[in-house]
Amino acid sequence: MTEHLREPGGCRRMTAMGELTDSGDAAAAIAAGAGVTDSAVAGPQPVDAPGHAVPSRESPPDPLADTVGEVRCEHPFMVAENVDVYYGDNHAIKDVTLEFGKNQVIALIGPSGCGKSTFLRCLNRMNDSVESARVTGRITLDGQDIYSKKLDPVILRARVGMVFQKPNPFPKSIYDNVAYGPRIHGLAADRADLDDIVHTSLERAGLLKEVRDRLDEPGTSLSGGQQQRLCIARTIAVDPEVILMDEPCSALDPNATARIEDLIDELSEKYAIVIVTHSMQQAARVSRRVAYFHLGRLIEVDETDRIFTNPRHKLTEDYVTGRIG
Amino acid sequence: MPSGPVKTNRQKVELSLARRRRKERLFRSLGIAATLVGVLFLAAFFWTLAAKGCSAFLQTFIALEVEFSEEALAPAGKLDLAHADFDGIVRAALREKFPNVRSRGDRRALYRLISVGAGYQLRDEIDNDSGLLGSRKLILVPAAANVDMVMKGNIERKLPPAQRPVSDKQLAWIDALVADGSLQTRFNKALFTNGDSREPELAGIRGALMGSFYMLLITIALSFPIGAAAAVYLEEFAAKSHWADLIEVNINNLAAVPSIVFGLLGLAIFINWMSIPRSAPLVGGLVLSLLTLPVIIIASRAAIKAVPLSIREAALALGASKMQVVFHHVLPLAMPGMLTGTIIGMSRALGETAPLLMIGMVAFIADVPTRFSDPATALPVQIYLWADSPERAFAERTSAAILVLLGFLLLMNLAAVIMRKKVERRW
Repeated sequence: MTEHLREPGGCRRMTAMGELTDSGDAAAAIAAGAGVTDSAVAGPQPVDAPGHAVPSRESPPDPLADTVGEVRCEHPFMVAENVDVYYGDNHAIKDVTLEFGKNQVIALIGPSGCGKSTFLRCLNRMNDSVESARVTGRITLDGQDIYSKKLDPVILRARVGMVFQKPNPFPKSIYDNVAYGPRIHGLAADRADLDDIVHTSLERAGLLKEVRDRLDEPGTSLSGGQQQRLCIARTIAVDPEVILMDEPCSALDPNATARIEDLIDELSEKYAIVIVTHSMQQAARVSRRVAYFHLGRLIEVDETDRIFTNPRHKLTEDYVTGRIG
Repeated sequence: MPSGPVKTNRQKVELSLARRRRKERLFRSLGIAATLVGVLFLAAFFWTLAAKGCSAFLQTFIALEVEFSEEALAPAGKLDLAHADFDGIVRAALREKFPNVRSRGDRRALYRLISVGAGYQLRDEIDNDSGLLGSRKLILVPAAANVDMVMKGNIERKLPPAQRPVSDKQLAWIDALVADGSLQTRFNKALFTNGDSREPELAGIRGALMGSFYMLLITIALSFPIGAAAAVYLEEFAAKSHWADLIEVNINNLAAVPSIVFGLLGLAIFINWMSIPRSAPLVGGLVLSLLTLPVIIIASRAAIKAVPLSIREAALALGASKMQVVFHHVLPLAMPGMLTGTIIGMSRALGETAPLLMIGMVAFIADVPTRFSDPATALPVQIYLWADSPERAFAERTSAAILVLLGFLLLMNLAAVIMRKKVERRW
């Protein structure tokens, strides 16, 4: 009774509960996103224990079972094999195997605290700076083990760029923000070359038109959406091969979000992109494949259409239909 | 169900609102009262200092027609600065002004109207221009401190003669000098150009000022780089371990150690063991560096810690090395905070007296130091020494020295603000 009062999405939930066979269609409708806001999809507040949300119609599949779906892909460029991550005693990522293809956008989704960001940060060794973090397993980039002692994380991060949740431009000019990466890596032969890199990167990030005349102004003077595109320009100025994006639109309004999503579409022609997102419409719009994480495990990976219309795993189904927040 | 008169939530909120407002009003008036008390104390402090110290910037001079007679200055036919009797010609000029003063005792009392510095002044005059020999010239010589005090009203004329340092006859001569316009008030240049002296009218703070300046130079040259480097290492590079914790606790404790202990340490290490000359600004600077280091390290660490993680991660994700992250991003952003800490440390060093007592900087030193190893004293020590002197004229000089010390402090803070504005980045 009280639970009913608390749940704003209770209505939809009831439908989904009553007509489980139709849930796929419902999810597809949600994924199409027409007129449904983010919060409505994420709808229910985090449920105390996921077990309660699963109706006892049949014995639920073991949530710790192996990943269902297709972890492999054609032309894998980056491969994670049996990756485990520990933060001290906390086992944050459990035995995740996943391949990332060239020119492909893969979305990592899952409830808060499921480990998708942690996993993302393993791919460019950002967890190195967390002292208690320990990563086991094997992650290769183009066949090379990125956790090998011989590989300097500096080189790895030049090849695997990252865009963060909150726009974080340096408190420097727009120009210097974009030029920073090429400068520290010595990518530009001279000033003209550097100018060229900065302009091309801003152009590719769709920001050049807006900032052409004020490259000397601080990057922090831009709006939130512009700042995030500046961060993307900064990332692609180093010309990486993979771009990791950690909820890049969560701090942006719908217009800015739409622009970033268009940008991701364009960038996917050149880069492999891994994007963590809380918005299922966004995952549906921008990604080719979707990986669903739950409590540190990779539950299901598949083509985006299939995840949203016909998930194979009970937990995935619950999540994409809004039963697990 | 609760019984009794049932209050609605709205009524409860309104009741609590009145209580909250009362508390707010009380707190606000307490705050205003506290601020007022502080401002009042500050105003009283500045008022007394200014009222007492201002007169020290002016000094009474006596205009004397001095004859640079050859018999007094060049008894052997040639000008001999070492043996020339400059006091003699000053006295002769004074006798000329008061021809009626005949007895030995009266003449001695008359001579005491003039500062002993007058002879030195005449020597400098003729040293600069030897053509003066044999001629007469009207010269302003400093009056004795007691004359100055009478003119400034610091010595009460109405007191019985036994209770004031100026006799009735002397008062009469002073009045006569005032009447013929020979007593003049001028800016007290000696206060800023002279070192310390036993004669108040000749005492200046230049020696102490230079001593403090040299010491602070050493202190900032040592403690800022060392403190900044230590803070960067401890905050950014040192592995978290028990050792790091131990060091942190010790640094925090050092900041609270009484400063005289640092003076003892300096005495033991720098003077007794390393044999650096005592009373030298070099030793003082080293001791003050020890004193300010913990302050600078703590402030710098806080400033470095305040640099947001997102900026570090942004740089790391672009492939910057740890070193590049620190030098390109963390340090520039932490610099304003580090400078603030440094200035707090330096201000503390400037006002510190206790440790200097232990390393011999409390001595009477008349010469202005010109090197780091010259004996010197410091401004706060000079203030302490003057405050301890019995002469009336040192009282106003003490206040003046405090004003100069505060001015020095203000200048340093101003420099810090300007520097901080320069390195500050808009966020």
